[in-house]
Amino acid sequence: MKKRNENKKNKKKNREIRIITWGFVVLFLCMAGYITYYSVTNHQELINNSYNGRQQALLAQNVRGRIYSGDGIILAQTITDEEGKETREYPYQNLFAHVVGYAVNGRMGIESQANYYLINSNAPLSEKAALDISGAKYPGDDVYTTLNVELQQVASTALGIYQGAIIVSEPESGKILAMVSKPDFNPEEILDIWDELIADKESSILLNRVTQGLYPPGSTFKIVTALEYIKENKDTYQNYSYNCTGAITRGEERIQCYHGSVHGTVNFNRSFAKSCNSSFANIGLSLDRQLFQDTLEELLFNQSLDLPFTTGTSRVEVSEQTSEGDMMQISIGQGTTGITPLWLNMLTCAIANDGTAMKPYVVDYVQNSAGTRIKTFSPAVYGKLMEEQEAEILSGLMRDVVEEGTASRLSGLSYTAAGKTGSAEYGTVKGDSHAWFTGFAPAENPQICVTIIIEGAGAGGDYAVPIAKRIFDAYFEG
Amino acid sequence: MELYVSEFSKYVIALLLIFYTYECFAVFRFEEEAQRKGIYIRQNLFMFLFHFSCFLVICFETSDITYLFFYAFQQIILYAAIVLYHMLYPKTNRLIINNMCMLLIIGFVILTRFGIEKAVKQFIIVTGSLVIALIIPFFVHKFKFLKNLKWIYAAVGIAALSVVMILGQTTYGSKLSYSIAGLTFQPSEFVKILFVFFVASALYEASGFFEVFTTAVVAAAHVIILVISKDLGSALIFFVVYVLMVFVATRNFLYVIAGLFGGSGAAYIAYRVFTHVQVRVQAWKDPWSVIDSAGYQITQSLFAISSGGWFGLGLYKGRPDDIPFVEADFIFSAIAEELGILVAVCLILICVSCFVMFMNISAGISDKFYQLTAFGLGVTYIFQVFLTIGGGSKFIPLTGVTLPLVSYGGSSVLTTLIMFAVIEGLHIVKQEEEELRKRGERKVRRKRKPVIDEMEDLSGDEIEKEE
Repeated sequence: MKKRNENKKNKKKNREIRIITWGFVVLFLCMAGYITYYSVTNHQELINNSYNGRQQALLAQNVRGRIYSGDGIILAQTITDEEGKETREYPYQNLFAHVVGYAVNGRMGIESQANYYLINSNAPLSEKAALDISGAKYPGDDVYTTLNVELQQVASTALGIYQGAIIVSEPESGKILAMVSKPDFNPEEILDIWDELIADKESSILLNRVTQGLYPPGSTFKIVTALEYIKENKDTYQNYSYNCTGAITRGEERIQCYHGSVHGTVNFNRSFAKSCNSSFANIGLSLDRQLFQDTLEELLFNQSLDLPFTTGTSRVEVSEQTSEGDMMQISIGQGTTGITPLWLNMLTCAIANDGTAMKPYVVDYVQNSAGTRIKTFSPAVYGKLMEEQEAEILSGLMRDVVEEGTASRLSGLSYTAAGKTGSAEYGTVKGDSHAWFTGFAPAENPQICVTIIIEGAGAGGDYAVPIAKRIFDAYFEG
Repeated sequence: MELYVSEFSKYVIALLLIFYTYECFAVFRFEEEAQRKGIYIRQNLFMFLFHFSCFLVICFETSDITYLFFYAFQQIILYAAIVLYHMLYPKTNRLIINNMCMLLIIGFVILTRFGIEKAVKQFIIVTGSLVIALIIPFFVHKFKFLKNLKWIYAAVGIAALSVVMILGQTTYGSKLSYSIAGLTFQPSEFVKILFVFFVASALYEASGFFEVFTTAVVAAAHVIILVISKDLGSALIFFVVYVLMVFVATRNFLYVIAGLFGGSGAAYIAYRVFTHVQVRVQAWKDPWSVIDSAGYQITQSLFAISSGGWFGLGLYKGRPDDIPFVEADFIFSAIAEELGILVAVCLILICVSCFVMFMNISAGISDKFYQLTAFGLGVTYIFQVFLTIGGGSKFIPLTGVTLPLVSYGGSSVLTTLIMFAVIEGLHIVKQEEEELRKRGERKVRRKRKPVIDEMEDLSGDEIEKEE
């Protein structure tokens, strides 16, 4: 009792010292917490920094790991010859150039994104110990991707000598099954052709057109315009009717239907199926600019995507001040609007997946040399882009495009497809256009989602849709 | 085999230090040193095993068995220190001694890993410093006149700092040291102790506005000289120590607020006037944008801290040499990389444990001069730890001070050992005060047995007068 009282008095007497003591203790706990948090969360990112010498140290210790396709076929591996010289081999050479990438003169693709795993080794201790005795390097961990060699081959062959981009993905998971960008290069020869690639400003071969290429969306943008119209006219959009005379004029601006077609009287579905420019320009004029901006924001326009690989930013400029002429241009996907094929693929996947966009991903899991999984990447939701009901309506519209519209080459097959074509005019010469198609199949239970752009080919229905057919065929029948 | 040793040892080393650190705080459950005996013995055991494991790994990694001899020497010196302290001064606080040795051990291990030459040099300095530290407690608790030397402390301190400012050689942009007979001294380290003694002796009797004002002038002189010498870290330490000592002496929170405002104002002016301050702040806010120049050190330090993971890469497996001046200013980052975040956090906690014990001693002393001295030295110590660890991890801007007892550097280690020894002396003062009080209580009890309650009004001071 006495002692406690004395303590209490002592405490009161030394209140200042106690305060300072606790102050420093709390400060140090914060600092320890901060250091722990920082080191754990920044571990990978900092290893990949080019100023960090540990990369070289790891490469001196470990052989760079292999990259596999989803079905276990080697896409990249390092071969060590008898003198210990290492060469990185890409068995499919040009085929996976952009998506798998390269690892000399900087890095690109999966070689860059999964660099941390490839240069680290989680081989079992016993194996490492044995390798120590023989003086060999440890095997780096292997990266398994979601890629499908067959689909990649079909897509690449179908694109042929054209420049362009194709992405094939699973709407439910976000897995990327194929990613083709042309023109391509052989990653094995990267050192020899490097100067050439850098010097060639025109075709930008090193650019992954799927993730970074910015294209005018053309008629594929009508998906967005249609969505906004449905949102603003929930109950009445089906009553829409317009008489297409082949063109619509507002002030100076004149919008023509593709190749001068005259569609006559069209309702909402038919405007979409036939991709009637005049009708969609008309729809665009009726849109509320403020609400439209909100929708565009929800659809991830004008923001960098939060993904583990470099992506271009899809952009569109709408404001209260946007003129009627510009609204008409925007509604049919012309003007200053630019999108990446990846973005369009995410939008299409969201429509196929009840409005929810999954995070597109290409690295599936990481495995050590003994076959133990070190790290697994699970499907993750990117965001809800639209309501389930809206996705259903858009899906129906896209179904009509196949059944009675511009993608009729996909009708009457063993599977049911849905999609939207586009012919995006570019440059100054009238009629030069990129052929677009984005769509999914089967329409009732979507399993894959395809987005295609062929630069300067012409109409989407004529050039992009047949490629989609070959990819769907390979997936469902092959 | 070597691989198994290095992989397995990582966990053993981390675990041993975790056990040790646990005991560092378990100590505070007991009031009396006698009750803590078991804890101290366990601590000595964990220390020994930690030290031995680390050197075993060093031998394996370098395939050089001679490191074990170096280890043996360290072992002998440190245990001699522990035993001698206990024999010469039975009333010492053993937690402080243990922590002191533990920190020295961590320093020896990491410095040996950097290179045997510097490690041996450090070992020799530590040995000499320990001998000096051994006699200090005696002087502290015997020499009562230490209280009366305030102007001598101030004069010597300012003179030493001024000499360096005027004559001193420039080390990496800041004038910090001068050489006598081949040995380089960094006087700002020693002046820290003098400064604490000055403030304590100036404020222990009376701490009215006049006393605070005169000491403030002297403190400002110290700080300004250091700022001109570009030794910002030390300047900050002096400032903080002064403000907090005034707070404890006056028990007036307004001084802290005034100090806070004054300090912020001074920091702002320094930021506007000195480009080297701007560079430091820039390198703290966004080191990645100046990774080639001002941000190089800190980013390399962050690479090190973030690459070790929980258990570290293992000794010799990291790249501490990538960080410029790693052995002095960034030793914490090297420890985090090779021994792991767990060991690094334990290291932080051991420093905190020292500090809490210093504060306990300070709070337990009735004599105001000794109390203020213990408090000032404790704050000096912990604030320096804060500056170096916080600076190296981008928690605060980098100021470039050493991690006491762990970093390479003769002046630093000698100063810190003296500080620890002074506090041991003060602990003896505290123990003797307590004994006196107990004796006094017994006396009083005999005199006025029935009136127990009144005893509580007897403060230590009154008993002292009775003596």
